[in-house]
Amino acid sequence: MRTQSLFDRQTIIVLSLLAASAILVPAMNGLTSPESALHLSDHLVPLLGKYVCFALLALSVDLIWGFCGILSLGHGAFFALGGYAMGMYLMRQIGPRGAYADPVLPDFMVFLNWKELPWFWHGFDWFPFAALMVLLVPGVLAFIFGWFAFRSRVTGVYFSIITQAMTFALMLAFFRNDMGLGGNNGLTDFKEILGFSVQAKSTRIALFVLSVLALAGGYLLCRWVVGSKFGKVLVAVRDAESRTRFLGYCVEHYKLAVFALSAMLAGVAGALYVPQVGIINPSEFAPANSIEVVIWVAVGGRGTLAGAILGALLVNAGKTWFTAVLPEFWLFALGSLFVFVTLFMSRGVLGAVRDLWEHSNQKVRARRSPQPISHAAE
Amino acid sequence: MSAPITPTLLYLDNVSVSFDGFRALNALSLAVDHAEMRAIIGPNGAGKTTMMDVITGKTKPNEGTALYEGTHDLTSLDEAAIAELGIGRKFQTPTVFEMHTVEDNLLLALKNKRGPLATLFSGIAAQGRERIDVLLERVRLTAQRHRRAGELSHGQKQWLEIGMLLAQEPKLLLIDEPAAGMTDYETADTADLLRDIARSKAVIVVEHDMTFVRELGVKVTCLHEGSVLAEGSLDAVSANERVVEVYLGR
Amino acid sequence: MIVLRNITRALVLLIGMASAVLAGPYEDALPNFANDSYAETEAAIGAVAVSGNPLSIDVVEALRDGRLLVGAGQVFVRRTSGELVNAATGQVWGDQTGELKPVRVNNRVRRAVEAALGSLTLLSSDATKRLEAARAVFRSRDETALPTLEKAIAQEGQSRVRNVLESARAAILLSKQDALPMQRLSAVETLRNRGDQEALALLSNLPSNATSEVVAAAGKAADGIRARLAFWEAVQNVWYGISLGSVLLLAAIGLAITFGTMGVINMAHGEMVMLGAYTTFMVQEFIRSQAPSLFGGSLLIALPLAFLVAGSVGVLLERTVIRFLYGRSLETLLATWGISLILQQSVRTIFGPTNREVSTPAWMNGALDVGATSLTYNRIAIVVFAFAVFAILLLVLRYTSLGLYVRAVTQNRRMAGSMGIRTSRIDALAFGLGSGVAGIAGVALSQIDNVSPNLGQGYIIDSFMVVVFGGVGNLWGTLVGAMTLGIANKLLEPYAGAVLGKIVLLIAIIVFIQRRPRGLFALKGRAVEA
Repeated sequence: MRTQSLFDRQTIIVLSLLAASAILVPAMNGLTSPESALHLSDHLVPLLGKYVCFALLALSVDLIWGFCGILSLGHGAFFALGGYAMGMYLMRQIGPRGAYADPVLPDFMVFLNWKELPWFWHGFDWFPFAALMVLLVPGVLAFIFGWFAFRSRVTGVYFSIITQAMTFALMLAFFRNDMGLGGNNGLTDFKEILGFSVQAKSTRIALFVLSVLALAGGYLLCRWVVGSKFGKVLVAVRDAESRTRFLGYCVEHYKLAVFALSAMLAGVAGALYVPQVGIINPSEFAPANSIEVVIWVAVGGRGTLAGAILGALLVNAGKTWFTAVLPEFWLFALGSLFVFVTLFMSRGVLGAVRDLWEHSNQKVRARRSPQPISHAAE
Repeated sequence: MSAPITPTLLYLDNVSVSFDGFRALNALSLAVDHAEMRAIIGPNGAGKTTMMDVITGKTKPNEGTALYEGTHDLTSLDEAAIAELGIGRKFQTPTVFEMHTVEDNLLLALKNKRGPLATLFSGIAAQGRERIDVLLERVRLTAQRHRRAGELSHGQKQWLEIGMLLAQEPKLLLIDEPAAGMTDYETADTADLLRDIARSKAVIVVEHDMTFVRELGVKVTCLHEGSVLAEGSLDAVSANERVVEVYLGR
Repeated sequence: MIVLRNITRALVLLIGMASAVLAGPYEDALPNFANDSYAETEAAIGAVAVSGNPLSIDVVEALRDGRLLVGAGQVFVRRTSGELVNAATGQVWGDQTGELKPVRVNNRVRRAVEAALGSLTLLSSDATKRLEAARAVFRSRDETALPTLEKAIAQEGQSRVRNVLESARAAILLSKQDALPMQRLSAVETLRNRGDQEALALLSNLPSNATSEVVAAAGKAADGIRARLAFWEAVQNVWYGISLGSVLLLAAIGLAITFGTMGVINMAHGEMVMLGAYTTFMVQEFIRSQAPSLFGGSLLIALPLAFLVAGSVGVLLERTVIRFLYGRSLETLLATWGISLILQQSVRTIFGPTNREVSTPAWMNGALDVGATSLTYNRIAIVVFAFAVFAILLLVLRYTSLGLYVRAVTQNRRMAGSMGIRTSRIDALAFGLGSGVAGIAGVALSQIDNVSPNLGQGYIIDSFMVVVFGGVGNLWGTLVGAMTLGIANKLLEPYAGAVLGKIVLLIAIIVFIQRRPRGLFALKGRAVEA
C-alpha cells in the first residue's frame, strides 16, 4: 500500500522553488540598488504576485479537471467572486477618504444617490468576516451549482457549456448598477488593507509573499487530497465513472466535494489578486477568461498540479511579453497554443519532460536488468 | 412486514423496459435464491444486459417489481446504493481503473466506508492489506501487484475485475460474459473460480459460450425478446423446441 | 386647337376677373402675412383656409415649407420648380427675388398650418392626400374644419379614408364645448372602433361639461381599447420573440449539425457567422465600386459566397485539426476555441477592429402594419429566411445522399464505414455544411448586428444554449429551442428589463439542462450511451 508520501520529489522541488521566490523577489526588489543587474523594479512585484494568483487559480482547475475529469469553463467566476469579497472589504476600508467623503457609503453608491448600505455589504468592514466570505461565497455557489448538475448527471461538454453560461450570467448581473457592486466600473481606488497602504512598497512585497505562501499551501492541500484514497476515487471517476458507481461510491458526493474545494481555492486566488492589481470589475467574469485558465493547465500538463503552476506562469509571462512587444500577435499566439497543445502535447510540458525522463531511465534499467517488465512498477 | 414476502434473494416480476418504442424487456420475471448460480443465455438483443442494468439501478423499468432480499425495492435506488446493498457487477468488456495499479483497484473495491470524508481521512489498515494479499493470490495477480491495470492482458483484466467484485464482498454477483476473449485454459479456470464463489454467494452469469455454461453445470434461463423463453437444466433448455427455433432461426 | 386655346384664354380671363372683382376674405387676409407677427400670421392662415379660394392650399403649403415670401407689401409663393407666383392673383411674377423674405413660423403657426392643410386637402382628389388631411384634422381637432369634414365624409368613396375622416369628426365633436351628448356618444363609439393610443388619449381627456352618460361610455370604451392594445402589445412581443428566435435559429442551426449530429464542439462556430457577415461586407463594397445597379441583389449574391467561404474554412478546419480529436470532445472544445481566437484576430488585422458598414437594400426598408402594430420588412425577411434555411437543411439531411450518409455515420460510424461510406469524407462535408450554414446566417445577421470581429462571440453561448435546450441531434429540437428562448426572452423583457431577462433565462436553461440533461427532444436508449 504505497501511499505516496506527501513530500515526494516533485513536491520538494515545487516547494523549494516557491520558497526561493518568496525570498529572492523581496530581496532583489528591496535590498539591491536600482542600478544593479539583479534589481527587480517596483512594478514587477505586483505583476509577479498576479502570476502567482493565476497559478493558484490554475491549480484549482487542475484539481477538478486533471484528477476528476470535470472541465469547468466557469472557474473565472469563483475567482472573481473571491475578488469581489476582498474588494468589498477594501472598499469599506476607504471610509471617509473617498471622493464624496461619505463615512460609510462607497463613492459609487453616493453617486447613484443611495442612502443606505445594501444588506449584503454589512460585515465586510471586518476582515475575518470578509476572509470567510472569500471562501464561502464561491464555495456555496459551487456547491449549489454542482448539487444540481452532478445529481442530474450533467457531464462532459454539457457541464462545460453550462459553466460558461453560469459565468456569462454572472457577468451580465455584475454589470448592472442595481447589483450594488459598482456596475461596470467595479470596485477600485482602494486605500488600505489591514491598516497598511495598498500602494506601499512593503505592503506589495508582503502581498507577494502571502500569495506565494497561499500557492504553496494550496499545492500541499491538493497534493494531500489526490494522494489520499479520496484522490484515488477521483481518478477512478475520471477514468471510469460508471464503474465507480457500481463499486458503491456515490460519485455525485465526490464531485461535489472536490468542485466546492476547487472553487474555494479559486476564491482565495481572486482575493489575493485584487489588492495587488487594485481593481475588480465584471470583466473578470468574461467566459473567455475561464477558458484561458484551462489552457494554462493544459500547457503545463494536466493532472500533475505542478504543471498547472508552470503553465500559468509560462503563458502569462508570454502574454506580458507579447502585449509589450507584438500586441497584435498575442491572440494568434494564444490561439495557436490552444491548437498545438491539444493536438501535439496533450500531456503538457511537464508530461513531455517526464516522458523523456522515464524513457532514459528505462534505457538505463534495461541495460542493468534482463527483465525490465518485472521492474516496471517503479 | 413481519415475514419476508419471498424467500428468494432476487425477485423480478413483470419487469418491462422500453427505449423509444423498442421493448428491451417485456414482462420479465425471474427469481434467484441465496447461494444459487444461474446462467442466462439468449441471442443478441434478448435483453440480458438490460436486465443487469435494471438490477444494478442503471436503468429504471417502466413497470414491474424488482426486490432484493424481499424488502429492498431496486427500482427506487441508484447504482451506488444498490452496490452498497451487496450486488456486484462485472461488465462484458472488462472495466478496471487503468491508471491505477492492480493493488489500488482492489483497494478501491474493498468493502469499506464509501463516503468522501471517510476516504479523505482513511489510513490503510493492516487488515485491508491482508485482504488484498488474499485476493491477489486468488485471482493470480500477485506478481502484477504494482503494475498499472491498463498494462494487463485482456484475461488478466477479467480476473482483476472478478477480484474487485470479490473485494466488495457482495451477496449477489452479476457477471457478464466472463469467458469472452479467454483461452480454453483460462476459461476452465474461470469456471472453477465461479463455482467456488457460488458456494457462498448467489451468482448470475450471462454467457454465450455453451461449453462454458455446460462446464458450470447450473440451472439455465433462456431469454428471448425481453422475456423468459425457457428455464431448467442446460440439456432440458437446449432440447426445448422454441429455444432451438430462436437460436437456429425459423 | 384654336378652340382649345380660346377656351383657356377665356378661363384665365375669368379667373383673373374673379380675383380682381371679388376681393373677398382671401385677399383681405393675405397682407397679414407681411406683418411679421406670429399672431397675425396665425389669424391669416385661418382666414385663408376658410376662404374657399383655390390658391389657399398653395399658400398654406408654401408657408409650411418656407416658400411663402413677402416683400413690398406683396405676398408671393415660390413654386417647387423655382418660379415666383403672386399669391393674390396666381400669376407668375418672374424670377427676381429682390428683398423677399420668407414668412417666419413658430410652433403655434405650424399647428395652425397643419390644421388648415387638414381641412383644405380633405376634398382633394388624391386619396393619399385626403387620408393625410384627415389624420391632420384628427390631431389638430380644429373645429372650423367640421363643415368641410362633413362634406368630405358624405362624398368619400374609400372606406379606409372615411374611417379616418369619421374618427377626425369624432375627435372634434368629443372635445368641442357645445357638442350635444348624442353627438359625443356616437363620437365615443367611433373612437372605440378606432381603438389606438390616440383614441385612448382622447377618451381619457373629456371636456368638463360631458354628461355622466358620456363619461361612462368613454370609460368603457377606454377599457376596451386598453384591452385591445394590451393584446396587440402581446402580439408584438411574440413577434419580436419570433424574430429573435429566428436569429438564434440561424446562429444555432449550423451548430446543430456539427455538435448535434457529429458530436463536435465547435467553439469557432460564431466566427463562421462572422466570416459570413464580412463576406457580405466585401460583396457590397465590390458591387458599390463595380456595379452599383446590382446593389439591390447584394445579399442574394453574398449568400452563396458566404456559404462557400465559411464552408471551406470549416472543411479546412476539420481536415487539419478536428479530425485528430474525434472522441475527445473536451480537447476539441479547446482547440476550436484557439481557432476562434486566430480567426477573430485575422479579421481584426485585415479589416480593423471597428464596425464595418453593411447596408440594407432598399426593398428591405419599410414596415407592414398589422392591427395596432407594425412589422419591419427586414425582420420579416430574417424570419422567412431562417425558416427557409431550416426547411432546406431538413430536406438536405432527409432526402440527399449526403444527408443519408451523415445520418448513417452519426448513428453507427463503424457500420457505415464497413458499408463503404468514406466516413472521414462525410465528416469533412458535414462539418463544411454546418459551417457554411453559419456563414449564411452571417449574411442575415449583418443586417441587424454590428459587423465587427467580435460578432461571433455574442452568439456562441446563446447558440449552444439553443442546441442543448432543444436536444442534441435533432433539428426540430433546435427550432423549438430557438423559438422558445426567443419568445421567452421578449416576454420577460417588459417585466425584468433586457439584461435581467437574459440572466433569468440563462438560469432557467441551466436549471432545465440539469433536470433534463439531454434536452427537450432527447434520444433515448443505447445510442445515447455510445
